[in-house]
Amino acid sequence: MLVHSRTGKWTAWALFALLFVPLFALPLLVIVAASFSTHWSGAFPSGPTTAHYTAAVRGESLQALTTSLVTAVTASLVALTIGTWAALASAAMGKRGRRILDALFMLPVAVPSVVVGLAVLVAFSQPPLLLNGTRWIVILAHTVLVTAFAHQSVSAAIRRLDPMYEQAAASLGARPSYVLLRVKLPLLLPSLNAAAGLCFALSMGELSATMMLYPPDWLPLPVLIFTSTDRGSLFTGSALAVVLMTATLLALLAVSRIRTRASFR
Amino acid sequence: MASAVRLAAPAATDQEPGPSPRTSRSIPAWVWALPPVAVLALVFLYPLALVVQESLAPGAYADVFASASFRDALVTTVWLAVASTAGCLVLGFALALVIAFVPFPGGKAVAKFIDVFLSFPSFLITLALLFLYGTVGMANGVWTDVTGDATGPFQFLTTPWGVLLAEITYFTPFVMRPLLAAFSQLETAQLEVASSLGARPLRIIRQVILPEALPALAAGGSLVLVMCLNEFGIVLFTGAKGVTTLPMLVYSKAILESDYAAACVVAVVNVALSVGLYVLYRGVSRRAGA
Repeated sequence: MLVHSRTGKWTAWALFALLFVPLFALPLLVIVAASFSTHWSGAFPSGPTTAHYTAAVRGESLQALTTSLVTAVTASLVALTIGTWAALASAAMGKRGRRILDALFMLPVAVPSVVVGLAVLVAFSQPPLLLNGTRWIVILAHTVLVTAFAHQSVSAAIRRLDPMYEQAAASLGARPSYVLLRVKLPLLLPSLNAAAGLCFALSMGELSATMMLYPPDWLPLPVLIFTSTDRGSLFTGSALAVVLMTATLLALLAVSRIRTRASFR
Repeated sequence: MASAVRLAAPAATDQEPGPSPRTSRSIPAWVWALPPVAVLALVFLYPLALVVQESLAPGAYADVFASASFRDALVTTVWLAVASTAGCLVLGFALALVIAFVPFPGGKAVAKFIDVFLSFPSFLITLALLFLYGTVGMANGVWTDVTGDATGPFQFLTTPWGVLLAEITYFTPFVMRPLLAAFSQLETAQLEVASSLGARPLRIIRQVILPEALPALAAGGSLVLVMCLNEFGIVLFTGAKGVTTLPMLVYSKAILESDYAAACVVAVVNVALSVGLYVLYRGVSRRAGA
């Protein structure tokens, strides 16, 4: 449309491929390739092996994966509950109240994750709430970090919601709780699913706050990837990274399937 | 966390009589906002206030501001963030232009791939760059194979340039997404008219597309700027002692040196920078309608 000549089109596409392939496609391919090899001293990896994967689904690595999954699921569910509640409450408030509430819940996005980690560490290493050294401090920090994203996407969905539905239900005599449970929440279900997927993916890959907080017995997968690459085991790290990416993608895929089923309602 | 769970658990059950015109007559709407705000205050605002309080320890600010490592980190953080943002804007604009206006088979798949790319953690990029441009990586391997030299010429990974490359790679999709959304709303007839009146592609980009894309560029750019200022994983995985940014300094002061007062001072500076910029971003993106 922009370029009509044949050569012009091909030049644009060649330029696109030249930028896109080495910058975006190659990094992911390289990690997958490295995870299946034992050496990389030339142009290409050598020594094909699946040993990194057999190690990745055992012992410490398997424990890190379940740690990450449990953390991500717990943090996403709690964040989704708090974020949705706040979004529903702010939608019912006046313009000023809504702006204050939205700003409060958006704040964790702007604050660096490392600082969120530091703040949680400082606050919960002292009485009355002593959580330092337990798994709860990691889950708490993840919840704080993803709540903002849950709130953001749910409140965007509430703004797009047609008020006719709830008005119609209310005019037919439905109680407010009935309107919320049977009209509003079902209409919001696709957005809630999308928000859950987003929260899960963010929590699975969270490293910054986790590095400040993790206790020795609650080691999420990103931390394990860091410690193994830091030790020099780049190939083990790649295999773990592929496991992390696959787990995230599978969860996102499952969530998007629920979404398509929900949109039939 | 136990308390957060306890506070959050009733959320599922208490949510039923949610906000509505009818309850607002008996219970004002702001009462419904109290429980989530209370949770947020306990797990986020109170800890943040403690950080500010801790940073006010006598002499902490003077000590940190006087140290060379802090000033270096501040300068490195800001120039890396500004340079990465500029790189992301140029690259994102160019790539989005091709996807939107020079369509090719598979363009939809590329746009999907970008969405997926966004859901991966940033440190994977640095890990990949180690295999691509590391001392024994692909690029150096090709070089030594071809020329027979003992070492390759690509030794930039542990310098700020390696961090810059990783940040541009990781954050460019964050610019492309709003741009693609803006481009899909652009009236293509405008382009056809401009083209039929004899405007060449570069002129169409400058005079028709760029003005339409400016709000999306501003919104995407300021978001990326904030995220670059806050980026930690990329710098940590680079493992370079020469590259210290503010988040890295917070981590090393708090965890490696156990100097919490200094860590809190650096944290306050970093938060002031990022939140200031984020307020700007919200203003810009609200005007852009994004």
